[in-house]
This record gives sequence, C-alpha cells and structure tokens, in this order.
Amino acid sequence: MNEETVSTILQELSSAAGVSGAETEAVEVASRYLFQYTADLKKDRFGNLLALVPGQASPADNKVTVAVVAHIDEIGALVTRIEPGGFLRFSPLGGLDARILYGQAVEIHANRKLKGVVGAVPPHFLNNDELKKTIPVEKLFIDLGLDEETVKKEIKVGDCISLDQKPLIMEGGKKLTGKSLDNRSGVAALIVCAAELASLRHRADVCLITSLQEEVGLRGAVTSAYNLNPDLAVIVDVTHGDAPGLDDKNVYKIGGGPALGIGPNLHPVLGRRLQETAEKHFLPYQTEPLPGFSGTDAWAFQVAREGIPTALLSIPLRYMHTAVELVSIDDLMISGKLLSYFISSIDTSFMEDLIKC
Amino acid sequence: MLAELANLRGVSGDESTVRRYISGKLSNLRGEITVDTMGNLLVRKGQVKGRPGIMLSAHMDEVGLMIMSIQKSGLLKFKAVGSIDNRMLAAKRVCIGSRGLPAVIGVKPIHLQKTGEQEKPFEEESLYLDAGFNSSDEALKQVRVGDYVTFDSAFTALGDGYYRGKAFDDRAGCLVLLELLLEDNGLAFDAAFTVQEEVGTRGAITAAYTLKPQVALVIETTAASDTPETEKDAVSTALGAGPAISFMDRTIIVSKKMREQLVNAAEKAGVTYQYRKFSGAGTDAGSISLSREGVQTAVVSIPCRYIHSPYSILQERDLKGTISLVRTWLENRQ
Repeated sequence: MNEETVSTILQELSSAAGVSGAETEAVEVASRYLFQYTADLKKDRFGNLLALVPGQASPADNKVTVAVVAHIDEIGALVTRIEPGGFLRFSPLGGLDARILYGQAVEIHANRKLKGVVGAVPPHFLNNDELKKTIPVEKLFIDLGLDEETVKKEIKVGDCISLDQKPLIMEGGKKLTGKSLDNRSGVAALIVCAAELASLRHRADVCLITSLQEEVGLRGAVTSAYNLNPDLAVIVDVTHGDAPGLDDKNVYKIGGGPALGIGPNLHPVLGRRLQETAEKHFLPYQTEPLPGFSGTDAWAFQVAREGIPTALLSIPLRYMHTAVELVSIDDLMISGKLLSYFISSIDTSFMEDLIKC
Repeated sequence: MLAELANLRGVSGDESTVRRYISGKLSNLRGEITVDTMGNLLVRKGQVKGRPGIMLSAHMDEVGLMIMSIQKSGLLKFKAVGSIDNRMLAAKRVCIGSRGLPAVIGVKPIHLQKTGEQEKPFEEESLYLDAGFNSSDEALKQVRVGDYVTFDSAFTALGDGYYRGKAFDDRAGCLVLLELLLEDNGLAFDAAFTVQEEVGTRGAITAAYTLKPQVALVIETTAASDTPETEKDAVSTALGAGPAISFMDRTIIVSKKMREQLVNAAEKAGVTYQYRKFSGAGTDAGSISLSREGVQTAVVSIPCRYIHSPYSILQERDLKGTISLVRTWLENRQ
C-alpha cells in the first residue's frame, strides 16, 4: 500500500463522524476498507468490528490468535439543552479543553447533519478582568444559525456533536491535519497492516478490531477482549507528538516512527519482539516508557479473562483532542508494516517463550 | 457573491486580492475607478456635472495574523493584525502568505496540563503556527517573516437564510456597495472600498480626502449579542432585526439629522431597523468625519455574531434590509 492510498484512507476516516457511543459512520468506512482483505467481518454485541484474517498454519499446529486493536471513537459532546433563540448548551464527551472550543466549527448529528459554531459573549462586551479568564464550558453555546422553531424541530437533547474540520494534507505531502486523528490514525495503520499481511506468510490467525467508546473509559475493549479471548494483543493508538512547551519526557518525534510502550501495563517479551522486528526490518521506532496507566485499550486487554499478553504501539500525534491534530503519514506506514512483520513472526514456539517468561 | 467575498484573503495591508475581485466585478461600470496610494478602490458612479458629494464606504481588510519569526524547529511565531481575542485562536486552522499555505495553531494537549492550567486562557506568546516543517531551513523555503495569515474557514449557508464564514466584517459591507454600484438604479454617488480599517481606520483618511464628500455613509458590520450569557437589556444588536443605525461609536458621534434621515429612509423602504445600543469600537466614520473641514458622516451596520473570529454568522435579511435602506437614503438625496 502506498502513501497516497494511506493518506486517502485516513482522510476518509477522519471525515467520518464517530463520537463515543455513535461510531457507526466511522465503522462503516473502516469495514469497507477491511473488507478488501477479508470477507470475515462481524460486529459483536457491543458494536466493535472484528475482521478475521486466517493464518496459514497446518491443522496439526496449535492455533494462535493475535488481536490488533485500534479504537475508532472520537471526542465530542452531547446536546444538553435548547435555549430560547435556538442556541444549544452541551456537555463534553471525552477529554475536551474548554479553551479550544470558542470559535470552533461543529456538526450536530440529528436526523440530518447541521453545522454550527461554538459562541460566547463577544470580547467587545467584556471588561479586562473577564478577558483574562477562560470561558467555562457552561458559558459556551452552539449557534446553528437557524430560527428557534427550526432548531426545535430538528434537534433533540442527547444528539451528539462532533468537531467540524475537513482533513488536510500539509505542505510536502508527508503530514496530515484534521479532527479525530486520535485514533483514526490507528485504524488506518490497521488497514495498512491488513494490506501488508496479504503478501506475507503468517501462521497466526489475525483479528483486526476497531473498538468503541475508548475515550469514555476503554469500554469496547473490555467486551471485545472477553469475547475474542486472543492469545496476545497489540493495541494501536496515538501518543503525544513533539511540540514547544511540552516536557521532552512526554513527547515523541513526529515522523520518527511509532512509539513502542514499555511498562507494567505491557508484556515485556511482546514489547521486545516488536523492537527486534523493527530493527530486523530497518524500521525506525521510539520507546515510550509508561510507568502505570497507559490510557489506552491495553489497560482493559491486559486483564481480560485469565489475562492477555498485550503490547502497545502508538503513533506520535500533535495537539491531541483538538480539531487540528497532526500526524505523519510515514509513521502510519511504518506502523502498519511493523505490525504485519510482527504478526508473521509469531508461531507456537514464541507463544511458549511468552508463557515461560 | 458574499461567499466569494468572504473566502478572499485580505488582512489589513494586504488587500490586493479583494481589490482585484471587486474591480473585476466593476469592469462594465460606467464611471471612473481609481486606486490611491494607500490601496483604496475609489469608484465614481453616475454621470453628473461635478460630483454629488455623497460617499459610501466599506472596508476590504479583515483581521488576521502576521509571521514574526521562524523558529529552529520550523514552527512560526505570530502577532495579531487588528484586534483578535486570543482565546479563540487555540487549535484553529489558518492559511499563510499569498499561496495560502495551510497551518494550524498548536496547543498543549489537555492530557499534559497541570491542574488549574485550564482556568487561564492560552497567551499569544505561548501559541505558534505549525505548517508541518521539520526545520527553519525547510520553513524558509515557503514562509517569510512578515507573511500575512488568515483564518481557514470556508463559507457555508446554514439554512433559514443564515450564513457562516470568516471576514463578514466587512466584506458584507463591500457586498452592499457592490450591489448598489452594479444594479440599474440610476443613482450617482462615490464609493470607497477602503484598506486598513482594522489597524486604525487608515485607508478612510486618504479616501475621504480624495473624494471630498459633503456627506458620507459607512457600511459596517457590528457585533451582535443576541446570544446566551448576555442580559436581555444589554443586547447591542440582534440578527434579523434589520440594519443597525449608530448613535455613536469610539470614533464618532452621529448627528441627529443624519440619524433621522436614515430612520426615514428605512421607514420609506419598509425595512425594519434597529439602533446599535453600544458606543464602543471604532469605524471608518471617525476618519471620514474629520476629513478636510469635516464631513457629515453616519454608520449603518449589518448585525453579525462573532466578528473577528474564524466563523461569524449573519442573516441574509439584514443584508438585504441594509441594501434597501441605503438605496432609499441615496434616492432621497438625489
């Protein structure tokens, strides 16, 4: 799969709506692409999409199932109240900084999609003290530019709200900016992985999962890990990209390859195998130490059923949880390739090593 | 045409794209069109002996940013051109320079912030533009210090006659002038599409001097506050309530006579109007009224929510009402 295709896929994924709890549109895009590599697609009761790519193990072998998981939901908000004049009050879904919302374009997902803007009292009418304060979410509102009657007819309390931002390829064609790249980048890497696997021999059965409701508490991961009960799992998510004002120890270089997690949440042998695979294939990677909670689906997978050996591969991303998230297409390509080489390196003897450790 | 005008990129001091668009629209106009040293586009419509001494004006420029320095990392520092509430810059998309190079305004992610950090807005000094460059060398090939930056927000029709977009301040005013110049109304007047309003109403100074009007009407947009969190009796202007007639702003006190002329024109034209119940913020009216020995000047504004932000909202009704009001006012004076 070439860069252009990956960039097209990511743009399509980013454009789709998929606020936690309302991921259908994004899941449809993902399943359309995954269907090119396997017809064995199913949704579990929670709504997670599972795409099974069977391995080429002989019937005598013990079957190994590898899960590769990327959450597909994005941060957003819910309509909580319709004010006189047709303005909407809202409540955030997932970690949203009130400071990025003022002046932000949004989309309301009612029976049809409606465009709006996050408004506040104009600065002209504020005194100096007021101008120095953040406008809290409770004082912000959404302006749909519609008459109150129309708003009441079209919108219901509980309708979900996503950031409205078309994805854009930046100068040089190597970087892409847009909304929901956390974690559509991970989903795109899954699709790259599926494409690469098609030309590789792999014994392990592979289950590519796009999980739901990560942003509100890793919920899709809980049920999908239980349901599939894989022999091992690799979680594909995003981590913080390098940018000014950030502590070096928390950030990873954009374009420097995926960050491979190490720490209590992750299986040490799996992590090492990912690193070795990267080195063997001359793929750049970075190491992400995670002293505790990784804030990813890995947290849920690790302790599902009797426990699942879990690894974490994160794509560096700048300005997380905004409409201007930014990733490198190179990092996505490298991540997808690394995942596929990793999978093709898994056999029963590796599984024995895992258990022995 | 509002969509085209609003999507044009023209920060104060860099209005040439807007000027070219407007003069293109006026290419078949019978009348004299000139551009002065400042960059104002001056149009004399109608053939009369001597000029009628009526000046309409609207400014072409919009607020934006300017690149101040290019950092080693390839990130770009900026300052605002015109007045922008810094609080709405965080995590927005912008376009740099004449080619419109895309960039974003980066912010520290919520995950890496300390408790309490969110209570204070981002300061301009902590914000920067990220165009995806890996180094200053790479950036220097595409960007120069002094390049102008605009918001990257496309025009959208929202429904119920509402529009969302950038730079309605004051491309909506430019549209009013263009309509009155292009329609077959037989009216004679001078029109000034001015520059540099947002940095101190600079263009209007020379435009008024050159056109030498006896009376002037400035077509502006004004901040509407018919939105939540505003006390009902503190609403300055409301969308849908028609063109807003000013008593005064930071730069001018409008004469009672001119205000009454405008009210009469609105009533004659059957246009609902409102008063601008706010005395702050400046307009080109100040500069024009102090031109030469002084010029009788008034302001009519199209109410507009969230001006000086990436996305403002206005209503078509108010735009049309403003055109009718100004047309009738001109007819009354012929």
